[in-house]
Amino acid sequence: MKTTGELLAGNASGHENWGKVLEVAAREVFELMLGCTLTHPETPFEEVREITAMVGLAGLLCGVMGIRCSLKASTCMASKMLGVEPGTIGPEMRDAFGEICNMVAGNFKNKIARLGNECMLSVPTVITGNDYCLHSPTDSEALEVRLLFEDMPVIISLQIHN
Amino acid sequence: MNSIRTLIVDDSSVMRKIVERSLKQAGVEMSAVLEAGNGAEALAVLADNKVDLILCDINMPVMDGLELVKQLGGVPNAKGVPVVMITTEGSESHVVQALSAGARGYIRKPFTAEQVKEHVLPLLGVNA
Repeated sequence: MKTTGELLAGNASGHENWGKVLEVAAREVFELMLGCTLTHPETPFEEVREITAMVGLAGLLCGVMGIRCSLKASTCMASKMLGVEPGTIGPEMRDAFGEICNMVAGNFKNKIARLGNECMLSVPTVITGNDYCLHSPTDSEALEVRLLFEDMPVIISLQIHN
Repeated sequence: MNSIRTLIVDDSSVMRKIVERSLKQAGVEMSAVLEAGNGAEALAVLADNKVDLILCDINMPVMDGLELVKQLGGVPNAKGVPVVMITTEGSESHVVQALSAGARGYIRKPFTAEQVKEHVLPLLGVNA
């Protein structure tokens, strides 16, 4: 039986439903690995960009998957993933945050027909701070999903280069 | 089930901890948990250590998991040792490549302890 994501996904030629697939992919990762449910914000929120994880995609789909949030949110994610108190989380927070992005990217591509076989993932990169700008080709398309993790804003994005 | 020696291969130390925790939750008793950050490190660990089970990621720097599985056939300490891939790569071609190379199980990330139990316990001679 196909999952919700697989039913929504269609194939790699059209991107109409990819925002929903991205959301499903993220929800599954947070539910299975962190035991948390991502929720929809009732009102639009201000972005808090203190940490960013990115995973590159290459092959049939070229682009960058990213997750952005506050350091408090990423520390909370790491603590839930490791099953320890947030106060005990050290540098492994960045590793955990990068892995979450990696799993969302992998889960997303596995839901799109042909991408699983013909799209490769890079190892994750994690950036702390907000004084940066991501420059992409001018004809690139961007998908963005804005959700709440434990009432803290999380933005999941996919910049598509082809 | 006897207490086993396990090698966990993943470039993420967090993921290695989670895999270890999942094995414990699955009821696997471990006398030793050895770790490696990539395939080359795993081969170095296996040069000096015998293990009973190997859990391995695919996408890793230096030497990936598929290359590691291919090379395990020439490692005396890995002879007959079951290898289970745990990876974000969920495509059919990756599964086929891994199983053809000698892996005995394949778990896609994200995963649950229950999935680890289902895939690993039968390889240790225990009914999941």
